[in-house]
Amino acid sequence: MIKRILLASALLGLPLCSLAGIGADGARHLLTRTGFGANPAQIEGLAPLSREAAVDKILAGARTQAATPPPGWANEPFERPGQPGLTEEQKKALQQERNQHVVELRSWWLAEMRDTPSPLTEKMTLFWHNHFVSALDKVRSPQMMYQQNLLLRHYALGDFGQLLHAVARDPAMMRYLDTANNRKDQPNENFAREVMELFTLGEGHYSEQDIREAARAFTGWGLDRDDQFIVRPRLRDAGEKVIFGQRGDFNGDDVIDLLLQQPSTAVFVTNKLWRNFVSPTPDAATVNKLAADFRRSHYQLKPLMRALLLTPQFWRSQGQLVKSPVELTIGTLVTFDLNPPDWRVIAGLNRQLGQDVFAPPNVKGWPGGEAWINSSTLLTRKQFLDRIARDAAPARDAYAQADGSLNEMAGREARIRRFVGNRLNSMKLQPDEWAAVYGVRTAADAARLLLAVPPANPLPPNASGAKAIAQLLLDPAYQVE
Amino acid sequence: MFKRREFLKAAGAGLMLTVLPNLSWALAPAGYKRLLVLVELKGGNDGLNTVVPYGSADYYRLRPGIAVAREQVLRINGDIGLHPSLAPLMPLWQDKQLALLQGVGYPDPNLSHFRSIEIWDTASASQQYLSEGWLTRLFHEQPTPKNFAADGVVLSSQVLGPLDGGARAVVLSNPQDFARQAKLVADQPPGHAGSALEHILKVEGDIRQAAASLAPLPRTAPSEAPTAGPKPKGGFGVAVRTLTDTLARGVDIAVARITLTGFDTHGNQQPTQGRLLAELADGLAQLRSEMTRLGRWDDTLALTYAEFGRRPRENGNRGTDHGTANVHFALGGRVNGGLYGQTPQLAGVSEGNLPHAIDFRQVYATAIDGWWGKDSRNVLGGRFATLPLLRT
Repeated sequence: MIKRILLASALLGLPLCSLAGIGADGARHLLTRTGFGANPAQIEGLAPLSREAAVDKILAGARTQAATPPPGWANEPFERPGQPGLTEEQKKALQQERNQHVVELRSWWLAEMRDTPSPLTEKMTLFWHNHFVSALDKVRSPQMMYQQNLLLRHYALGDFGQLLHAVARDPAMMRYLDTANNRKDQPNENFAREVMELFTLGEGHYSEQDIREAARAFTGWGLDRDDQFIVRPRLRDAGEKVIFGQRGDFNGDDVIDLLLQQPSTAVFVTNKLWRNFVSPTPDAATVNKLAADFRRSHYQLKPLMRALLLTPQFWRSQGQLVKSPVELTIGTLVTFDLNPPDWRVIAGLNRQLGQDVFAPPNVKGWPGGEAWINSSTLLTRKQFLDRIARDAAPARDAYAQADGSLNEMAGREARIRRFVGNRLNSMKLQPDEWAAVYGVRTAADAARLLLAVPPANPLPPNASGAKAIAQLLLDPAYQVE
Repeated sequence: MFKRREFLKAAGAGLMLTVLPNLSWALAPAGYKRLLVLVELKGGNDGLNTVVPYGSADYYRLRPGIAVAREQVLRINGDIGLHPSLAPLMPLWQDKQLALLQGVGYPDPNLSHFRSIEIWDTASASQQYLSEGWLTRLFHEQPTPKNFAADGVVLSSQVLGPLDGGARAVVLSNPQDFARQAKLVADQPPGHAGSALEHILKVEGDIRQAAASLAPLPRTAPSEAPTAGPKPKGGFGVAVRTLTDTLARGVDIAVARITLTGFDTHGNQQPTQGRLLAELADGLAQLRSEMTRLGRWDDTLALTYAEFGRRPRENGNRGTDHGTANVHFALGGRVNGGLYGQTPQLAGVSEGNLPHAIDFRQVYATAIDGWWGKDSRNVLGGRFATLPLLRT
């Protein structure tokens, strides 16, 4: 952290938008889309690079594991929700313990999003969480959700086919979509339907008959006494099935391979990535080309993401996406180097804004886009931003000089002292220090660092960068990226 | 101040009608002054265990594990009765203010939650894709009066559903908080290109208008305090209370939509459905009593809907899989209580699904043409026969 600050200080003499490379605007765009928010120091790091070099740098740093240590209980055996013979008091205590674990689980992931050296990994993990949805209300085990989160992260930029096979056998998923209770003679269609509609093919690329036959193929899959994946041959329907016109005694893995053979799977996933990372209106010709390459590469996600981020459409898409609640809250913390004293506050806020991680509303996940913004959520977003900005008021003008300019040296020294003193653990924005360290001199500088598009409300003339922050946070343009 | 009830008495006696032409509000309201309450049963409620064909041996054959026992059914006639959790609706039934619409559906049904609710929300045909909710289309074509706080309010959901795509809709959790927070919206944002930002600016505009109406009013007398009555149980009851508190302020809206979630019952359905139906029935009974207290029950029409019904035959996990035609409720002071549509014909059914007897767009046409006196033809993409479930 200190290093980042000092590095930024060393770069202060440089203009924000350098002549070569993607510049500050391009860097801010790439960083916010592949991560959460964009700190001016991060922007400085990418601005001089070409598009290819910047995208490759982000992809090269992608990790497959979280850096934040998990809660202590995370690797213990799965909790059993319905143990027999418990007294009412024991049940209550167990429930309280599980609730506490849920809080810790959310806090752990949000902290990882804030602190990770590989924001794209977390962005992709969140993407898969919203694609291969499971939710705590039905799964009921925080450990299972944690294990699924590790799985999604492990494959986040890896092999989609392997990811799909692993997700189908994942205990949280098996519980969420009832695969754990799917037996011969009385197949449960829930997983068979959603795997086609939402995970691979998309609507219109399968029939009700395909669903019924696939449900038969998944019979026999279940969870053992320790809630681990198991095949029970006696509960398995060993008859012939006809799926997508092909006949055979297919099992669950065969069905997944059949799904991967369908061309619409690659198109469906690519479209969804486009809507998440580029814009709400995928370009069909480009998507088809990307999807064909994706399928030819046997579903390697890293090359697909590289190609997607290098499309001209991506670099023209500033302001076309609405920030999700997590992008808004975590992004704001990242941008201003803030650390919440208690992650439960941010988790609660995200829930109010409609994105409670580990609890998507249903198997289709959060609809996203414009649906994030309605009268209620927009007001709650503004309240959060207003509080940060208002908390900042006393700290603003602290280093203002008589002529209205900023005593940058004093502001920088104060911020570094606070870092060294480890007293930055607060949500209090210090606009003067922040502006001084990052050389944000004018309101226009601040707008370029904080907004994807020009502000909707005109900036006050001659305002300093520090003074403009409060207004920019409440500008409608801060809600888009 | 003249109390509404006294005025109605006077009006009934034939007095003052010509002297006070501006008090036309006190007559039977027409148009959008009449309130439509849509209740979404999210997840696809199982209709066969809601209005139970207990007289049918086939019902018990198809549902050996989850059928509602004959002796528990609240009997309506010799064939059908209500799930026991719906007991709070029985007084409405007896007062002929509850209509049971049996076999509501549409041709070529879709069994995906998401596509199917899209069909219901947009009133599209099965193979037709529309981007605006059916109410949004109606209000664009035949707008609500300018002084209405909003076209509609949405409770217990962040999804606008039938109000999606541009209606003046407000998501309401708590009117006081809403009015307070609304101060954060700037006064006059300039117009702006780019659709994401445009959407945000539009929502800011809706907030400004609604906030002007929802601002807390000074209370004139304790008896008019909106929160009289017992504290409601469950989220659905709280949403009903929020709605009636808002209406008690004299706020004008044409429609309210309340969502009750959790009906996606693939396994161990009975306890979940029983709990949800009880919450539904309690909330609807509460809606009746509070709207009656406000003198507006005769101007209220409540309709339930869901993306689909469930299959007649239970699955192997004491649950039901996605099905088609479903039963729905219509209730209100002007509702002609009774049975509409067709009781499910289960003889000979094994794996299959039930055909529909009432097209869901007939229900919408009834609301648009019959309730509001507007024209549903363009909104619904054709003429759908209304149901005779409203008294004039």
